[in-house]
Amino acid sequence: MEAIGFPVISLIIFIPIVAAVIILFIPREQGDLIKGIAITAAASVFALSLFVYLNYNARVDDISANQAALLSEAGRDSELLQLNLAVSSQSASVLAGQSMTGTQMFHDGLAFQERVEWLPALGISYHVGVDGLNAPMVLLTGMVAVAGVLVSWRITDRTREFMAFFLLLVAGVYGVFVAIDMFLLFFFYELAIFPMYLLIATWGWAQLREYAAMKLTLYILIGSVVALVGVIAMVLVAQNYFLNEGAAVFATAKDAGILPQSASELSFSMTQITLAAENGAFNVAGYAGVESLTFAKLWFPFIFIGFGVLAGVFPFHNWSPDGHVAAPTAVSMIHAGVLMKLGAYAALRSGVQLLPQGAEVHLPWIVFLTLVNVVYGAFIAFRQRDFKYVIGFSSVSHMGLVSMGFATMNLTGMTGAGLQMFSHGAMTALFFGCVGMVYDRAHTRDIPSLGGFIKIMPWVGFAFIVGGLTSMGMPGLSGFISEFPIFQGMWRASESVSLSLGPFNLSNYYSIMVIIAALGIIITAAYVLRVTSQVFFGDFDRQKYPDVDDITVRERFVLIFLGTPLVLLGTLPFIMAPMLETGLRPVLALLGGA
Amino acid sequence: MEFNFLQSLPAIAPEIGLTVMAVVVLLLDVYLPESKRRNVGFVAGFGMLATAAAYFFLWAPTLETQGLYWGGNIRHDTLAEIFKIMVLIAGAITCFIGVDAKSLARRGEFFLIIIVSSLGATLMAGATDLIMVILALETTTIPLYVLAAFRRDDTRSAESGMKYFLFGSFASAILLYGISLLYGFTGHTNLYDIAAFLGTEAFSSNAVPVLISIALIITGFGFKISAVPFHFWTPDVYEGAPTPVTAFLSVASKAASFSLLVRFFLAVFPLGLVIDGLTISSFWIQTVAALAVISMTFGNLLALWQKNIKRLLAYSSIAQAGYILMGVAALSTESGTSVAAIGFYLFMYTFTNLLAFGVIVYFSEATGSENIRDLAGLSRRNPMLALAFTIALLSLAGIPPAAGFFGKFFLFQAAVEANLTWLAIIGVLNAIVALYYYLVVIKVMYVDHGDYEEMEIPVSRAGGAVLAVASLAVVLLGTILTTPFFEWAARGAEALFRIVQG
Repeated sequence: MEAIGFPVISLIIFIPIVAAVIILFIPREQGDLIKGIAITAAASVFALSLFVYLNYNARVDDISANQAALLSEAGRDSELLQLNLAVSSQSASVLAGQSMTGTQMFHDGLAFQERVEWLPALGISYHVGVDGLNAPMVLLTGMVAVAGVLVSWRITDRTREFMAFFLLLVAGVYGVFVAIDMFLLFFFYELAIFPMYLLIATWGWAQLREYAAMKLTLYILIGSVVALVGVIAMVLVAQNYFLNEGAAVFATAKDAGILPQSASELSFSMTQITLAAENGAFNVAGYAGVESLTFAKLWFPFIFIGFGVLAGVFPFHNWSPDGHVAAPTAVSMIHAGVLMKLGAYAALRSGVQLLPQGAEVHLPWIVFLTLVNVVYGAFIAFRQRDFKYVIGFSSVSHMGLVSMGFATMNLTGMTGAGLQMFSHGAMTALFFGCVGMVYDRAHTRDIPSLGGFIKIMPWVGFAFIVGGLTSMGMPGLSGFISEFPIFQGMWRASESVSLSLGPFNLSNYYSIMVIIAALGIIITAAYVLRVTSQVFFGDFDRQKYPDVDDITVRERFVLIFLGTPLVLLGTLPFIMAPMLETGLRPVLALLGGA
Repeated sequence: MEFNFLQSLPAIAPEIGLTVMAVVVLLLDVYLPESKRRNVGFVAGFGMLATAAAYFFLWAPTLETQGLYWGGNIRHDTLAEIFKIMVLIAGAITCFIGVDAKSLARRGEFFLIIIVSSLGATLMAGATDLIMVILALETTTIPLYVLAAFRRDDTRSAESGMKYFLFGSFASAILLYGISLLYGFTGHTNLYDIAAFLGTEAFSSNAVPVLISIALIITGFGFKISAVPFHFWTPDVYEGAPTPVTAFLSVASKAASFSLLVRFFLAVFPLGLVIDGLTISSFWIQTVAALAVISMTFGNLLALWQKNIKRLLAYSSIAQAGYILMGVAALSTESGTSVAAIGFYLFMYTFTNLLAFGVIVYFSEATGSENIRDLAGLSRRNPMLALAFTIALLSLAGIPPAAGFFGKFFLFQAAVEANLTWLAIIGVLNAIVALYYYLVVIKVMYVDHGDYEEMEIPVSRAGGAVLAVASLAVVLLGTILTTPFFEWAARGAEALFRIVQG
């Protein structure tokens, strides 16, 4: 399905890198030139991202129809509305027959692919591509990159280094989202970590930055390196499978064009690992010498939560509020807006997609963690005095909804989670933009001492209210469109998911959890309204804030730029939901949804 | 085996080149006028690079020419080639760094001694006879004792030299004892003959003497590669020796020791060797795995408290030795990944560590300080120097795009492949601890404000060039050059596993 004559995805990754290198060699006095290059690079990757998104969106109907055909051929319900454990956890062994519906769907859904062998001896290739799941993330990254450069316009301390590291961070984030090779995913993941550290530690809020930057970096890295060992082990298990029981499956997949003819059994390609997973290679009992243990059962928590750390999964969310508060505005935006999604995305891809049998076992208890995220995050946000901490904890709460959507393991809930990733990304970037604009002028973020700011900066106040309503789940805005399906999916999953703890068997508890989670939204409403009323309404004290003026045109543009998608998606959900469904169906097909 | 002089020459081509250069440098140092003395360093550096190039392009071992030469003393194969080139590059970079180093006072002997030490290290890479092993090892280390004490007027340097000498000769003695036991029991000096004898009926009764000699040999090597608990000398010697010397001894002698360690164990105690119902390889593999764990853990934990940048790098190098030992422990499978991983790691480590120490040379010459605290604001005082140091530290920490990421990844991959997943987990957790102290140094350079904010840090043109090349090499090895170098290392691994023909 390739029709594009130039490597769009590689351009998206390498334009920021090249721009960063160029910027590093410009004399530091030429601030305008540096900012010009940075914004040009960000704007051009945004344009390319938008192109990729629209181009992919145009194909969604075909892909959808194709998937429905494949699913009905395999005798499955194309809606994949329920997780059917009777089908999926057949037995802890390699499946006798060959099944590759899910892998086929994943393969067919990939567009804009580029594949260059990188280290053939170890099965590593530079393989990037876009499917329904990551196309929205690519677009989101582009948006936040542009907004981030624009809000950093007034940075004067070492502008050159700031812009260069910011662009490197953007490139790393892009790389993770588009990587189809697991190794590449890790490569870019780790690549993003260092610029992030330096941006927070150098340009962050002086009181907290060193502590927060270090904490954030170590947290995120611990999770990912443990996951890395898991993925290496996974690849070796898959290799072993393809060399022995799976040789026939491997050959068939090659003939069907799912795997390239040159593919070797040892490969970090997601498609190939998915194929092994679909045929039960990670579901063989007796892993590590323990009778009841399978590879998927052992490693799923490490891989899912390992990446989930970056998505703020409780109890590993602790880095996130500090990190967000300490970071300079642009970095908070990209961090809460994009990086947390990166964690959720990687957890979904390498956890749920590659180890579906592990997901079935573990997500039913991980859902408790996500519930804690949702409710506890909201409560803590309510208690904060610091404007930025409110937003920081609200991110923890909202990201809990994303993971909760994954835990539904049905199409409704997961699509909601996908929408929530995009919606929360734009919304939280908008929030941090607002906070930054207020803080830049008032030099304080103490909520009780602020007040009446809507009179001075009406745009910021308005944007904050739009973001706040989105976060409360107001119909007509994207928050509703994404949270509602998550709750619906939870309700629907209630009858199919159960959790066995020794003699106890918990069932139907998803419905209770969804009620509690929905109550969490009320707390969200409470803190949003509280912040709005205290910061933006009331009397403005001119004596206290003599220098506060309205925001510039550039900043207004940022607010409009980030706010528009919230409204667009809220009123026209079909611009994204069907695309996400095409991306999620392969994952769900692996989960035995029938 | 018929002796053919001409055909045997390529096996020791780098050694011949180095010997000639040693004489040339000695003469130049004596006869050049004082004003031109600086060029001696360039002659030495470029000479070593030329030797490496000539060896690589003209006399590199091929499938046909691989084998034992010089009466079974030297093995000419791709693994030896990799390590010899590594040593030559390390020597060359050290010479370039040393050209303007005030701490060396522009004395030509420095270059001469570096050349002689490199000569020993290249011999180590190919040695396959007990006598040659000892000879090469001593040729490498005795010059380094001299170099560590190069600044006789400085007590720290003198102490460093003395310590290094005492510990080093002690280690050599232990190693020698282990080797003499091996000779005593088998009556052979050639590694492959020993292996053949150990595998015969005549020696199937008792494993104890073999185990004793293995323990002694591991101890001896443990000192050379500064693995915990044989690491005591490392921080003091690294701190006290002139920085260019530290740079050299942290890479060249370590790389050569590792190549010898791998070759020695695989040749003498191959994986299939069973004596008295005991699989010998599992003994040394378990020992090495234990050493790897404690070296990584202690090295990293002790590094956390360091205030002096050279001591920090000393502890970091102890931890790095631990990572590499993880690769040695992964030798338990016949697949070449572990040997290739070790080769790649040491190759990138050579550039990385020389880059790090190179930056310290210029920094401490300008400021007279080696305190981490005084690096404050380096990114404002000399942004390029700060960037180069950042690249080096990131590589040591294993963060892409620096080569260290791939280096560590290969080692972890090898460990998981060898069913040592637990070891890989310990490795990655250690990498996190290490990241902490590397990041602290980077933070000091970029964030902190210090007392010497205004002080310029000049870097000579030659120095700037060599640091730039090394930085570029570290980044390229971590991105587009990874594949060719890893494949080269994999060929070296194959060569090692190939059975020796006559």
